[in-house]
Amino acid sequence: MKFTRDWLFSHLDADRPLADILDVLPMLGLEIESVVDRAAALTPFVIAEVISAEQHPNADKLRVCMVNIGAGDPVQVVCGAPNARAGMKGVFAPVGAYVPGIDLTLKTGEIRGELSNGMLCSEREMQLSDEHDGIIDLAADAPVGASFAAYAGLDDPIIEIAITPNRADCLGVRGVARDLAAAGYGQLKPIDASPLEGSFDSPITWDLNLAPDEVHLCPLVSGRAFTGLKNGSSPAWMANRLTAIGQRPISALVDITNYVMVDLGRPLHAYDIDKIDGGKLIIGRAKPGQTMTALNEKTYDLDEDMLVIGDANGPDDLAGIMGGERSGVSDATDKMFLEIAIFDQIAVATTGRKLNIHSDARFRFERGLDVTSPEWASGYVARLVMDICGGQTSHMVIAGDGADWKREIFLASDKVERLTGMIVPKARQTEILENLGFTVREETAGLQVSPPPWRGDIDGAADLVEEISRIHGFDHLPMVHLPREHVVAQPAVNVAQARPLRLRRAMAERGLTEAVTFSFLAEKEAVMFGGGDASLRLVNPISADLSIMRPSALPNLLSAAARNQDRGEAEIAMFEVGPVFLGDEPDQQRTAMAAIRHGAMAPREWHGSRRSVDVFDAKADAEAALAVLGVRRGSLQIESGGPDYFHPGRCGRLLQGRSLLAQFGELHPQVAAHFGLRNTLVGFELFLEDVPLAKSRGPARSYLKMSPFQPVSRDFAFILDNDVPASQLLRAVKSAAGPLVSDIQLFDVYQGKNIDDGQKSLAVNITLTPQKATLSEAEIEVISDAVIAAAGKNCGAVLRG
Amino acid sequence: MQSLDAVSSEIIHAIGAADSLDALEAIRIDALGKKGRISLMMRDLGGMDAEARKQAGQALNKVKDEIAAAIDAKQMMLASAALNARLSAERLDVSLPSRPEIDARLHPLSRTIEEVIAIFAEMGFQVAEGPDIESDYYNFTALNIPPEHPARQEHDTFYLPADANGKRKVLRTHTSPVQIRTMEAKEPPIRIIVPGRTYRSDHDATHSPMFHQCEGLVIGDGIHMGHLKGCLIDFCRAFFGVDDLPVRFRPSYFPFTEPSAEVDIGCTRDNGALKIGAGDDWLEILGSGMVNPRVLENCGYDPEKYQGFAFGMGIERIAMLKYGIPDLRTFYDSDLRWMRHYGFLPFDAPSIHAGLAGGAV
Repeated sequence: MKFTRDWLFSHLDADRPLADILDVLPMLGLEIESVVDRAAALTPFVIAEVISAEQHPNADKLRVCMVNIGAGDPVQVVCGAPNARAGMKGVFAPVGAYVPGIDLTLKTGEIRGELSNGMLCSEREMQLSDEHDGIIDLAADAPVGASFAAYAGLDDPIIEIAITPNRADCLGVRGVARDLAAAGYGQLKPIDASPLEGSFDSPITWDLNLAPDEVHLCPLVSGRAFTGLKNGSSPAWMANRLTAIGQRPISALVDITNYVMVDLGRPLHAYDIDKIDGGKLIIGRAKPGQTMTALNEKTYDLDEDMLVIGDANGPDDLAGIMGGERSGVSDATDKMFLEIAIFDQIAVATTGRKLNIHSDARFRFERGLDVTSPEWASGYVARLVMDICGGQTSHMVIAGDGADWKREIFLASDKVERLTGMIVPKARQTEILENLGFTVREETAGLQVSPPPWRGDIDGAADLVEEISRIHGFDHLPMVHLPREHVVAQPAVNVAQARPLRLRRAMAERGLTEAVTFSFLAEKEAVMFGGGDASLRLVNPISADLSIMRPSALPNLLSAAARNQDRGEAEIAMFEVGPVFLGDEPDQQRTAMAAIRHGAMAPREWHGSRRSVDVFDAKADAEAALAVLGVRRGSLQIESGGPDYFHPGRCGRLLQGRSLLAQFGELHPQVAAHFGLRNTLVGFELFLEDVPLAKSRGPARSYLKMSPFQPVSRDFAFILDNDVPASQLLRAVKSAAGPLVSDIQLFDVYQGKNIDDGQKSLAVNITLTPQKATLSEAEIEVISDAVIAAAGKNCGAVLRG
Repeated sequence: MQSLDAVSSEIIHAIGAADSLDALEAIRIDALGKKGRISLMMRDLGGMDAEARKQAGQALNKVKDEIAAAIDAKQMMLASAALNARLSAERLDVSLPSRPEIDARLHPLSRTIEEVIAIFAEMGFQVAEGPDIESDYYNFTALNIPPEHPARQEHDTFYLPADANGKRKVLRTHTSPVQIRTMEAKEPPIRIIVPGRTYRSDHDATHSPMFHQCEGLVIGDGIHMGHLKGCLIDFCRAFFGVDDLPVRFRPSYFPFTEPSAEVDIGCTRDNGALKIGAGDDWLEILGSGMVNPRVLENCGYDPEKYQGFAFGMGIERIAMLKYGIPDLRTFYDSDLRWMRHYGFLPFDAPSIHAGLAGGAV
């Protein structure tokens, strides 16, 4: 919402300077977006008279002008404008002035041997317009020596404020003035909104073609015919204000409708009576198949949900949104019919959204207008029209019973204090509300308050409290610390919510950097990672790359890795903890923990420890994550295999009993290629919901009994078939070694010389920790024999000779 | 035959001249070994009479002890020299780099969320959560934003396909739906914060289609707007670490609060550099208000009985302001250079007792 200072002051008899008003507007809820003072840059520019303009002795296209600048001696200026002539009034920029259009600070100069002390300016040089055919040619009565900015009405700062959706009343300058007056910044000036008797009957009448249950779509509409109009240019004050807020003056009648929309927040529509067929304007639903060309020269397909106004030739006004091209006013219009209507906010919003039309009228209609305005604004606007365009007006024609806007809201005496903690005396509450246009009746227990017809947003007592407290001032709100419920603060996160926090730290400790990537991705990548469900496809995505909810956090990590690779990162290790979506129901959203590693584990270095990542790095990351989640390594089973996006021979699942906890692997080469990743690429993913919360046994640990006896360690090398998984051998060894086993390590894997094809050698170290007495050789022998036997029986393994 | 003195002197001299442990061992064997010169002289004592044997024996023992002591001393000297020589040969260039370690970083977003949680935990809040894919009801209608309400247009909502009943879900445009879910699930008193992902279909220098918010909701006995003011001033001052940070409350509008206030903090701008603290300018950082009675009714609360306040802030925004991060879009790019610069080391957990200022980088 834009207006100028003088425009505001045309409604507000302000007793404070603009600076104070700019300070208070945000504190009333009217946030300032910008304040532009066009005159500031034009201060040195004055009105001057060209006394003489002689041909330059050394240049055909230049003239040497003597210029009266209102003070001191005339000044000599060399000027190249074709229209420079003796007797004309123009705009003069003296030496030292900064000329914005040419980005230059003027200096005394000599042009082809003639002294030049300043400049006569074009509009473009002053950045007023693109006009540069000549210097500005002012009216003969322009006062020489006066400030050009003041003369041109540019010394009127433009103020733009943001209006929240509830404050439809402030979509007119008068509404802003009313708020300021209520806050004690001046008096609201009266306007003449008295009825205006016309001099003839309107040739156009209303036909409200609405079913009884639909009268709310247009509860009230007024109209007035005008004849004998002269539709020339609007007066300078109006044209200047419209220009200031970015609207191009068109003709007096169009400008009046635009002006009143901003001035009072009251959109109007003007028809050319000669273009209305049948003497009747019909308000009703459009018929399917009808079309209409609006004032923006676009043609729209209408349907029966849309409220339109039309004549015998069909619809030519999208009610509350935009008028039609066919019946609108033109420069030649001398007979006008002016519509002032109330339309249903939702109907306007729905049609506007369907047709994708964003107009100033729609913006105001869908936020709600003063529902009584068709009556009171009729006289006001008619006077304005006839002041500017002459002519006569008809009696008002009106249709509709009006909206039911009167309501009483009870404001209990203690309500303001109860809701805000702020004490505002009852008399002050009444005063504030009355200044805002509310009607207030005092009762013992509180106030009975009726909102004015322009405050459709006031819904209940809380709204009244807001009105009182914002005018009284939020600065008066007390600052009260929240009372402490516990002397020592309680945890803010529960056990489940603490898990992502701990996981993040654990992953970062392992050298993985945290990423936060989008929850959506390209459909192709969703499908690649097991997703692509139609219910998760966005109807209105930002782009095809961000069009469907992700089934996994891996693909976006891979995209991120590729970006980093392309920036020259050779070792990439990243993780993300975030949501993934298996469906659109709340319980189908999971929290994924995913990590990837690409390239080498460490940068190039001289120690020789650098190596490529491999699937066991991903497995270790997965096991570490599970350990953080309370899953003991010993309780995990491992299974080879996994989803398609992994290398089929280099991936696995970590399970506890039958439940899958995590999947890890080397990414499939085709997946790596899709993302453009060139080196070995591994990763893992788990969903936190799959990992059961560890049962809480309280903070105390179980009693630790430490053995005083020397542990013994034995090595075994087994030869077994290649396709027997190592985990099977370890399981067999562990169970055969019995309760004294405190540690098992697989410390060597060998294939090659001395081992048959299809076989491998696995070397295992077991540590036995006796609890009752040092183990004798014989006892150790028994355990060793059992281990060897079990390896043979369960895995077909034989002890390597 | 050489005198004992001469023999002793010769051996002692040889010991002094020995240049290696091996040479010294040869001298020891030559002197004290089974057939050594001193050993042989000891053996010769047997042929002497008692008095002579006693005198010669004493002299011989003295010489033997002297030689043994000389050998020991020389041995220690040689061993020490050999060790020094070895250590000298083992010299390494310690200016060579140590084995590289990757100090991975945590994201400023998760860091900031933890800071926010730490502060609100101190004020008795608990973390609540809700789904990112929401029903229209929870995201809008229950929050007093009916269909076609102008406030909906400002939300730039992402929609999911309509179901068989024509109902379409949305990606939540704010964390406020969790207010409703919480109030539906429990009775007052309530103090929750809701950090989480939110979505709006807007993508430019200052908007991201996904971003993070933190909602807050307090419902209880006699909770009024003064508490809102106190709570948010306490938060802002703790979060930015500025004890006298000016905080301004400005009337605003949110359909789900009434009265509503935007919250600004004081700042100064000096040649493009922003400083948080008392100054001549203001920065908007959060929205807040007293929970609208319509919202309480929608959740089955009696607005005459219960009241409270709600607030919401953008995590990215407060992170950018606190940590001087200039560009919103960089948060989601996972650029490792950016993470090394703006990220946080994992051991550096924010807490009230150890501080929220960010620590080492």
